[in-house]
Amino acid sequence: MKLPDLTELAVRNLRESLLRNSLTTVGISVGVASLVAMLSLGIGLQQLASRRLMKSGLFDTVVVTSRRDLRNFGHEEERSGPAPGESRILDESTRQEIEHLPNVLEAYPDIRFITELHYEDKPHLTMISALPESAKSNDAFEQMQGHFFSSDMAAEVVIQKAFAEELLGKTPKSGIDETNVASLASPLLGKELVMRYAQREASPATSSSSAKSAAKDAPIPSGDQSLAGAAYSVVSREQKLKIVGVADLDPESMRGPTRARVFLPLKLAESLHVMQPTDLREISRAATDQPAYSSISVRVKNPSQIRAIEDAIKKMGFNTFSILDASRSLQQFFAVLDLFLGIFGSLALAVASIGIVNTLVMAILERRREIGIMKAIGASDGDVKKLFFAEAGAMGILGGIVGVALGWAIGQAINLGTNIYLKRQALPPEHFWAVPWWLVGAAIVFAFIVSLLSGLYPAGRAARLDPVQALRYE
Amino acid sequence: MGTPGRSTPNGSPAIRAEQLCRHYRMGEAVIRAVDGLNLQVRAGEFVALLGSSGSGKSSVLNLIAGLDRPTSGSVVVHDRDLAKLSREELAGYRLRTVGMVFQSFNLIASMTLAENVELPMRFAEVDRGKRDSLAREALTRVGLQARMNHRPSELSGGEQQRAALARALINRPQLLLADEPTGNLDSRTGIEIMNMVREFNRQLGMTVVMVTHERALAERYADRLIFLADGKLVGDQANSVAASAARIEPSGREAVRP
Repeated sequence: MKLPDLTELAVRNLRESLLRNSLTTVGISVGVASLVAMLSLGIGLQQLASRRLMKSGLFDTVVVTSRRDLRNFGHEEERSGPAPGESRILDESTRQEIEHLPNVLEAYPDIRFITELHYEDKPHLTMISALPESAKSNDAFEQMQGHFFSSDMAAEVVIQKAFAEELLGKTPKSGIDETNVASLASPLLGKELVMRYAQREASPATSSSSAKSAAKDAPIPSGDQSLAGAAYSVVSREQKLKIVGVADLDPESMRGPTRARVFLPLKLAESLHVMQPTDLREISRAATDQPAYSSISVRVKNPSQIRAIEDAIKKMGFNTFSILDASRSLQQFFAVLDLFLGIFGSLALAVASIGIVNTLVMAILERRREIGIMKAIGASDGDVKKLFFAEAGAMGILGGIVGVALGWAIGQAINLGTNIYLKRQALPPEHFWAVPWWLVGAAIVFAFIVSLLSGLYPAGRAARLDPVQALRYE
Repeated sequence: MGTPGRSTPNGSPAIRAEQLCRHYRMGEAVIRAVDGLNLQVRAGEFVALLGSSGSGKSSVLNLIAGLDRPTSGSVVVHDRDLAKLSREELAGYRLRTVGMVFQSFNLIASMTLAENVELPMRFAEVDRGKRDSLAREALTRVGLQARMNHRPSELSGGEQQRAALARALINRPQLLLADEPTGNLDSRTGIEIMNMVREFNRQLGMTVVMVTHERALAERYADRLIFLADGKLVGDQANSVAASAARIEPSGREAVRP
């Protein structure tokens, strides 16, 4: 029998016992709906998590450190290659080399130092780090009060909320942080901080810059600034900085205890020649050395390219660190979560498939005579089998379609309900529900396959029916 | 023994049964429904199988129809040994070589007459376009063109049996097998049906094997009467009455004694 005939007969047979077949189809729908609901919850949560992480800039950043520097992030420290003492140092030329690697968006030196900031004549010791202009798009500055640096050389700072609290003499409460950033920002924005820092100066004899002009006009370190001797002098400097922004979130959460609370524009920070921790080890180094960076942050175009870029940088003789490993275990976690949710969702579908078997076996008993007639007028075993398969398949597809719609609706309802709850808790709404197109397709196909499998036994039984006995049956 | 006579074009009879047996096992007992039957039917012949209930006449018909398989012996229809056909081939044989009508009509209740008549064409994978006109033609032939879109339950017994005849003939089989076709009909309607069967037999040259327990009916229409008892052949006679009746114009007004 041809497929259009088969489908037509199957649909007409399904219509004949409409109630029973509808109930069976509803059973499949509920099964599919629970499967879709469970899986889209898992997928939604995963998307939410990776969206958050992606925005934080954690996933597209590789931190490069020199192998000379023993104090690195501790991950994947490679013992192979040149010995630490002979390996390359991170200077401007390596930064440019890394920046020219394929798929690298930018590479910038990490400038970070602990120093004193004076606000209304009170000193505050804190970690300061420099940010490139591209950091503007970082999630942490999304809901910032004030604005980001007006230029890469502006004498401006963005401070983190915790530091703002410190400046205003407020102690952060433990537990739920209810302090409003806006209330912290309004007395601070536009105010001035005085930063006292140690400037590394080539040597008093060769330096052309006076103490006063050094702060603002010092040239950017580059290859031409070779040092005459191994030694350099350290000069105490002051720099006035205007507070232009107060950030709510912590942009450097990945760095843990070494994270900075005050941020400077990168070019400005470079021009200051602030004494960095690594400089102390450079004292004994050859005089031709350029100023070295403690580490370089490399931002890649796409998180999926991180591994390749890391490998390329390692080949150059540096240590690298990225949060990719952390993201791997996150993916693993979600794979397991999806599996469990899928299993629970499938249970309902398994129950529904028993419903299909039951309905079709009942149909065989009921339509015994009809099967006998069909065989008597020339239907082959295959025709009868295909007819029952078609009925099971039709119920499966229909149940799948209705089920996906139902699952989607359930998801929307839960999402809505949760967001109402979140709103009451004064939390921003979240979209932790996702029904991707592949899930829609896969759910319907899955329902279809499960239905066909359920139809296997009834169809086989119907096909084997003895026509003589079936015709005798009243 | 069957009377050798008119045969198929290549010389062999349309139906030939040799030492045909069909035994059923019922617990300890073995029921010999058909027990060593020898029978030949010529192409174009109208044969009536007579006997009391339990004589095995329906079993013989089922064996010829390919609905059942012999325990031993053989049934050869148009040179094909049914016992040697696969299930698939047997289904094809039922589809194209045999048309069947039953005492209880056996139309599918959920389908209209047109759909019932169309059904064997679906199995035979006849083109969709052709099926409609062929079904209409067949129903017109049995006088049911006005009832095409009715369901069997909306029709009288005679009308249902006429639709069943149309269905049996739709794939142009060589053999028409009828199992008590008038059993559920009043005598007047029965005659109507029998006249149609004889018309197909005479005009289309179809071989007809009819099972009945009504001797009068058999004598009136069949060319040959075969008597069965306990699965064995007990009588085989040419019917001169039918031969003469055939010459008379068939008329529904004639009464038949049961």
